[in-house]
Order: sequence, then structure tokens, then C-alpha cells
Amino acid sequence: MPKSTHALKIALAGNPNSGKTTLFNALTGSNQFVGNWPGVTVEKKEGTLKKDSSVLVVDLPGIYSLSPYTLEEVIARNFLIEERPGGILNIIDGTNLERNLYLTTQLLELGIPVVAALNMYDSVKRHGDEIDISKLSQRLGCPVVPISALKGENTDEAINAVMKLIQSGTATKPCRFDGHIEDYITRAESLLPSGVPIGVRRFTAIKLLERDSKIGEAFSDLPDVSAIVAEMEALLGDDTESVFTNERYAFVTNNLHNAFVKSAYVSSSGKVDKILTHKVWALPIFAVIMFLVYYISVTSVGTLVTDFMNEGLFGEGFEFFGKEVPGIPVVIEEALENAEVAGWLQGLILDGIVAGVGAVLGFTPQMFILFLMLSFLEACGYMSRIAFILDKVFRRFGMSGKSFIPILIGTGCGVPGIMASRTIESQRDRRITIMTTTFIPCSAKLPIIALIAGAVFGGAWWVAPSAYFLGIFAIITSGLLLTKLKILSGEPSPFVMELPPYQLPTVKAILSATWERVWSFIKRAGSIILIATALVWFLSRFGFQQNEFVMLDEDSLDGSFLAYAGSFLAFLFKPLGFGTWQATVATLTGLIAKENVVGTLEVLYGGSFAAHFSAAAAYSFLAFNLLCAPCVAAIGAVRREMNSNKWTLIAVGYQTAFAYVCAFIIYQILCLIL
Amino acid sequence: MTLRDVELGKSADVVKLNSEGVIKRRIMDMGITKGARVTVNKFAPLGDPIELTVRGYNLSIRKADAALIEVE
Repeated sequence: MPKSTHALKIALAGNPNSGKTTLFNALTGSNQFVGNWPGVTVEKKEGTLKKDSSVLVVDLPGIYSLSPYTLEEVIARNFLIEERPGGILNIIDGTNLERNLYLTTQLLELGIPVVAALNMYDSVKRHGDEIDISKLSQRLGCPVVPISALKGENTDEAINAVMKLIQSGTATKPCRFDGHIEDYITRAESLLPSGVPIGVRRFTAIKLLERDSKIGEAFSDLPDVSAIVAEMEALLGDDTESVFTNERYAFVTNNLHNAFVKSAYVSSSGKVDKILTHKVWALPIFAVIMFLVYYISVTSVGTLVTDFMNEGLFGEGFEFFGKEVPGIPVVIEEALENAEVAGWLQGLILDGIVAGVGAVLGFTPQMFILFLMLSFLEACGYMSRIAFILDKVFRRFGMSGKSFIPILIGTGCGVPGIMASRTIESQRDRRITIMTTTFIPCSAKLPIIALIAGAVFGGAWWVAPSAYFLGIFAIITSGLLLTKLKILSGEPSPFVMELPPYQLPTVKAILSATWERVWSFIKRAGSIILIATALVWFLSRFGFQQNEFVMLDEDSLDGSFLAYAGSFLAFLFKPLGFGTWQATVATLTGLIAKENVVGTLEVLYGGSFAAHFSAAAAYSFLAFNLLCAPCVAAIGAVRREMNSNKWTLIAVGYQTAFAYVCAFIIYQILCLIL
Repeated sequence: MTLRDVELGKSADVVKLNSEGVIKRRIMDMGITKGARVTVNKFAPLGDPIELTVRGYNLSIRKADAALIEVE
């Protein structure tokens, strides 16, 4: 992205659930770039203003504070301190002023011009609350612009206010605390080396006094202020971190006095919540909702559309209003033949690329429907209630209710699932969640389940549920196991979570959230899966015969490079019942993308899969492939979120070992029974 | 008395936080600071965690953490 061409950079900061994403979309429209934050490579969104492409808006992660404890907070802090954007647009949920303004008190300290965009102003008025904008603006010492991000009201005015403030050159004044405390800050500030720029001296001094563990990373040669801290704590009778937090909230409440009058409005959200988190009904309702989500996306509508994609669009063809329409492979085959393309190239394109990529793309409707529903559950506020309802269950296995959200999203795709683990504060819990998320079958593993269920077990109803059950079992066992490990002991898990009011999300918001996820899936199909399938095809169709490099025909694939490689490793899977080179290769290609497992089996066995597997071996194969190391995209996500090669190796190694043991036990027991 | 002992539907003012480290900071960041008024709204179906109203919004914390918050 051409960064240098942007004349101005504005950061968009605010609490989670404050409408930040909606405002970002309203301001930038389609001029967005999704990248990664440096180092941690958490998703970073930037975009240029719709009306002025020289202004770059950077969407900071949703945060409650600038504390050093969560990944998102650290990312936001580092960006603000190191990259020094020209201005900050701080979005504030007008229906939740106190807690939102707490973050504002911290943003005002950074020496960067701040404008507060008071969002959901229409709801504020509807609720009968009264906010005196000019009084609030005067007391906070920064411009306040009432907006409605959802309706796009006043959003331009808000960004204009930031630009005007930047142009005027007036520095934003930080909020002032009690006299004593100000003295201590001044003392700490005077000790700072000259390397700390003027704008961030107050912020740095406060962080030092708070014993902030991360401030040392931002600046070198910071002074030792422990004497001041000790004096302060002795005088005020509380630790400095608490003192500053209390002061900030005191500043907010004092300044809201007379500027904000809350009405006795009771929202309908409470009534909905009474049912959804009801003592008796909460769990049954949850079960029904989950059943519906998977029934609709996987079984009914999903299958219908996927069948059309696989057999119609990416197959023989389909009927459209009584007219025969050929499938894509048919069309391409004809084109290739007409162009008299060489046989091997036709094979590569049709049996390799089109078959492989088609198998994956054929899966997009199912993913789309699943993500559509998951996005809805997230946006309407139910997701956090699920964590609330299930926390006690998960705690028993050493995790928190928040661990359920990544696992739930992981049923669609492990990559966003692993990314969703970011909301978990405790590093221990986050690591365990990342390590276990991919145990639950993602949508790419569904074809494996379908294949085994159909080809070996005659379409038995219990195969698919048993796969999910196996995933849940693996998560629970791992939770119990991993929390016992010394390297994962660490901090006890906090469960402090906002329960936002329920809201009916807009169709647009849901669709764009869904599309974002589906699109990254499609892009993957067009890149990594395309290369992988081409490679598998090449390695399985070429080999040496009588010391000559030749292209093999369907019956002599045993001589291919892939067969050699597979046979070499096949002994590993003998104890699991599927020690053939074909099954070994299928498992290996599954590392590139799980959809490949089915594709590879089809290529190598040509449809006679069932003849080569006993029931016990087939189920063992299924179990191993569901639980072992995830695809490279998911391993990449693990690497990003763990931010450590060592932990990535531990995670992948653990998953594979766990899968091996599970499959071994399953195979041995099944062999005894059957 | 701690926040854990507050009956359903009743309110209390925070006096002191006995928790430590990350949890303490997180709880304070979310607005449970000295003098803040907290209402116990609901218990989760399995009895834990609890839902509170503080500073005009709803927050969920565990009973074990609530037991470390002194109130009156």
C-alpha cells in the first residue's frame, strides 16, 4: 500500500460495541485495505476517506483502556505512540457514556488532537436522555460531534472537525487530576530523558508511575521512579494503578454532572435477555439455536446449494429452466480440446486445478450460510450471552466461557476462530483455546466426514454427530490436560465481559462481515489450494518406469513420486489401520487444505475408496484427519496469534500427538469389537 | 460484605478491591472503582457468573472475583 502518498493519518479509536466498524465503513466506503499490524500481525484495517483520498483512516482494535494487558490494547498504544497519527477520532457510545469516556481520558493524554464522535445520538434522544454537547465539549477540552454511524448522520462533520482541529494547531489538553497527583506526575515527568517527545511525556510519566510493564519497550533509558511510587502509595493508601483509574473515572463523573441526564428508559433488550438467559430455558434455547445454525447451513440449504455447485457448476452441468447448461469442467474441456492443447496440460488443468479448486469453491455456499448466521449471532449480542451461559461448564475444564466463541466460529473456519481468541485476556487461556479450536470440525473437514459416512458406513446418521462429539471430547480432555502442564500454569483466567444490549443488526453489516470471511476463503482457493492441487496432480501422475521419467496412466500410479513419498511414511500409520501410501498422501495434502483429503482420495482411488478401508480403519482415518495438525492457513493463524515459533510447534505437535493417540485407541478398540 | 453477598436485584457501593494484577485492572477499567454503585442483575443459568449493572451498562464477572470486591 502506498503509505507515503497520504498527507494525513487519522486513527479511529473506541470501545468494542461502540459502532467503530460501522463508522469506519461509512467514512471509507470501499477504499479499504486489510493488512496486519507489525509484529503481532493482528488484522489491521486502513482506508482512505471517501471524499478525500489523501487522508488515511486507521481502524484501531476495539479497546476499553490503554492498559498493558491485552494484545489489542498494546497494539493500539504502540501505534499511537510510535506512528503518531495526525489526529484521533474517538468514537463514543452515547448510550454508555461513562465507560466510553474513560478511554477518552487516556487518549487525551497522548498529545494528539482528539475529537469525540458521540455515536448513537439518535438512540440517546429516543431514550429521552439529555446530553449537553457544548458543556461536555468544554469540560473534556476537545470537540464533541453527535453522530449516527448507522444512519451515516454527521459522520463527515466528525472527520471535518478532526481536520479543522489539526489545522488549527491547538494542542489537546489532557485531563487534570487531583493536585497531589499532579505534583507526582510533574516530578516523574521531570526525570524523563530528553528522548521522550514533548507530546507523550505526561503519558509516559503516568505509565511509569502505574508500573506499566510495556512502557519500557517504547522508550529507552527511562528513569527509576520507585521512590515516587512508594511515596504516593503511602500517602494515598492505594496502589498507583488504582489511584489513576479512580482519578479517571472521577474526572468523567464530575464532568458529566449537569451535562448528562439519564432518563428512566427501560429497553426491550432486557426483556429479550430475560428469556435468552433464563434459569431454565437458556440452555435448551441455546441448543436449539445451535442445532438450527448447523442444520440450515450444513444439512438442508447448505447441502442443496453445495450439491448444485459440485455436481452442476463444477461437475457435469445442470438444468436451468429446462435448458441444459454444461458445468465449468465440461466447458473448459471442450475449449482445451478445440485448442488442441497437449494431453498432459489438459490433465493438469482438468484433473488437477479445476477439480481441486472446484472442490473447494463448491464449498463456498455452505460457508457463506454458516458465516451469515454466525455473523448475525455475533452482531446481535447473543455471542457474549453464550459465553455467559457456558462459562461455568468451560471453567471446569480449565477454560473460560469466552473460549466457546472461537470454537463456535471454528466450526465455520479455524482461521477466524483462532483469531477470535483475541478477546480472551489471560495468555494461558488464549493459548489453550488456540491449541484446541481446530479440534472442532471446520467446514472444510465436512467433506471428509461426508465421504467416510457415505462410502464406508452407508450414510449412517451417527457419523457426523460423532465427529463433532469427538471434537468436543478432544477440547475437554485437552483443557483438563493442558492446564495441568507447568508451561501453561500462569495467571488464573479473568472473566470480565461486557454484555452489550441486544440489537437488530443491519443487513448491510451482516453481509459485509460475512463477505469478508468468505472472500478470504475464496482467495485461498485461488492461491494456495490451486498450487497444491497442481503439485499433487503432477507428483501423482509422473514417475520413473524402467528408469525413465514418464507420465503414468491411471492404473500405474503406484510408480509415481507421490507413491514413493507416501510409502516411505506409511509405516507411521500402520498402527492406526491406514498405512497405505494413498491414505498417507491424502493426510499430507490435508495439511495444505483439509478439502484436499477428499480430493486426493478421489484422484488416487478413483471412487473405489470403500474397497480399500475396513470400517475400523476408515473411522480411525477420519479421527486422525479431524484432530491432527490443521491446514497451513490455520497453522499460520496459530503462529500469528501465539506470536512465537516455539508455541506454534507445541500447538501443532500436541494436536498431532493427540490425534495419533486417539486414532490408535479408536482403531484398536474397533478391531476388538468388530 | 462482598459483592458476592449482595442479593439479586439489590445495589451496593464499592469500598475496596482485593483482587490483584490483570483481573484487578480489568475490573477497574470496566468501571468497578471505589465508590461506584453496582447492582446485581442476574445469575447465569448454572449459578455463575453474575451479571451486574455498573455505570449504566451490563457487565459479567465470576462469583469468585465478586467475592474479592468489598461493598457496603
